[in-house]
Amino acid sequence: MSAYAKPLPKLDTLNRPFWELARDHKLAVQACADCGDRHFPPTPVCPGCLSKNQGWEVVSGRGTLLSWVTFHRAYWGGFAGDLPYDVCLVELDEGPVLVSNLVGAAEGGFQVGDRVEVIFERATDEITLPKFVLAR
Amino acid sequence: MADFRALKDKIAIVGVGNTRYGNFPETDDYGLGADAFRAALDDCGLAKDKIDGLLVCRIPYYARMGEILGISPRWTIPLPPHGRMSSMGIIEAMAALEAGLCDYAALIYANIGRSRRVNYGGDESPNVWDPWGYTSPGAAHAMMFRRHMALYGTTTRQLAEVSVAFRRHACLNPDAVMKQPFTIDDHENARPIVLPLRLLDYCLINDGAVCIIMTTKERARDLRKAPVQISGIGAREAFGNASLSNYEKDFWYPQLQEIAADAYGMAGVGPGDVDALMCYDNFSPTVLFSLEGLGFCPRGESGRFVEGGTLQVGGKLPTNTDGGHLSNSYMQGWALNVEAVRQLRGECGARQVPDCEVVQFVAATPCSRSIIYTRG
Ligand SMILES: [Zn+2]
Repeated sequence: MSAYAKPLPKLDTLNRPFWELARDHKLAVQACADCGDRHFPPTPVCPGCLSKNQGWEVVSGRGTLLSWVTFHRAYWGGFAGDLPYDVCLVELDEGPVLVSNLVGAAEGGFQVGDRVEVIFERATDEITLPKFVLAR
Repeated sequence: MADFRALKDKIAIVGVGNTRYGNFPETDDYGLGADAFRAALDDCGLAKDKIDGLLVCRIPYYARMGEILGISPRWTIPLPPHGRMSSMGIIEAMAALEAGLCDYAALIYANIGRSRRVNYGGDESPNVWDPWGYTSPGAAHAMMFRRHMALYGTTTRQLAEVSVAFRRHACLNPDAVMKQPFTIDDHENARPIVLPLRLLDYCLINDGAVCIIMTTKERARDLRKAPVQISGIGAREAFGNASLSNYEKDFWYPQLQEIAADAYGMAGVGPGDVDALMCYDNFSPTVLFSLEGLGFCPRGESGRFVEGGTLQVGGKLPTNTDGGHLSNSYMQGWALNVEAVRQLRGECGARQVPDCEVVQFVAATPCSRSIIYTRG
């Protein structure tokens, strides 16, 4: 099996829980235990109330397609074989907005506002990427 | 209580200068910056030793710039190499001049992105979204434009009007990098980069430098050319989506509306009084978002508004008369402010807007700004 050639996240104390949960096929966002603010990417203090009392909350994995684009240029060699590829913007039902990929949808078969749900694609032993498909 | 509106008509741009624009591997940021500085001094007739304020942008080390120019000012600000900095810097210099922190400020911007092969994406600018292949400011604007298309029915043919108008202006500007005219169909068939955006929706990447010299209105009277005064300013940030760098779900509409109220209110003019608009155009959709936010057209109607050459010299709202970032030069807003000055002075030759009295600069970015310039 060939080595994974696309960029991988750099794990740190802040984002490690997200990627550990993703490896277990769970999508999570950071949530403030004091004011309930949910956000991603994670922050060292809550942007709502500046509390450090934050944890991770597994979310439904359902959301709405805000927009999408199609890359015809590979900024990394690892993506060259995928051209053209789609990147989507999803607003989770719980609030936070994620960048991801829309998988298995034919061009012209989806539009802004469509409902989507998360799936998980293994990249390496350590990293599994949350991606999205059109909701059934 | 202090009120920023008290700055109305107090501060002027008195000297402007720019280098040639292109690919200059034989020099660097400092060499280009020094050339622009000399040109701006020459433009206003000011002796170098009078410069006691220095603002630099995209220049590696401010003190080295000062060493090269042989100046040791009493006010210095370095700004990072981000596109949104030009009007932020001009407004900071206004405040410093009014406060007496300096008497004559030189603002110098240089860019060597072309000769040093800057890509504006990939490993050059690591981001949390890299694993999904999402990178580059152009992708964020493509994301916003797709949403604008879905919400308002805006088309890529309407978007093409922006690029076509600016290229036409570049053909009238001897300094401009790109001088081949193109049509809406050419835009539609250009190489796709990140769809819905194509090559002709993207700013250029070129080397060059710009210098702007500012002082108070009183001091401006003694200089070579009629001063161009700053009559209105507006400023709002939108940092809530900073991790989605350059993306804003509402196209910066709320911020731009507040900026419009501040800038127009301070200057005592409205969109109908603007003779020419200088609009930060890192990517063509930004122009549409700016037109809506400032109130040149109703929300969602910028596509229809620009149809039929509205933005061209001779049209209803001549915009980016130098060719902008799309076709003149990627001086990240600085050259557009220089063009505003030259239009008000009547120095623009074939691209001159007749009877030009009010020129507005706007940058729709996570740090949105607008400046209204008038004849001093
Ligand atoms: Zn909180």
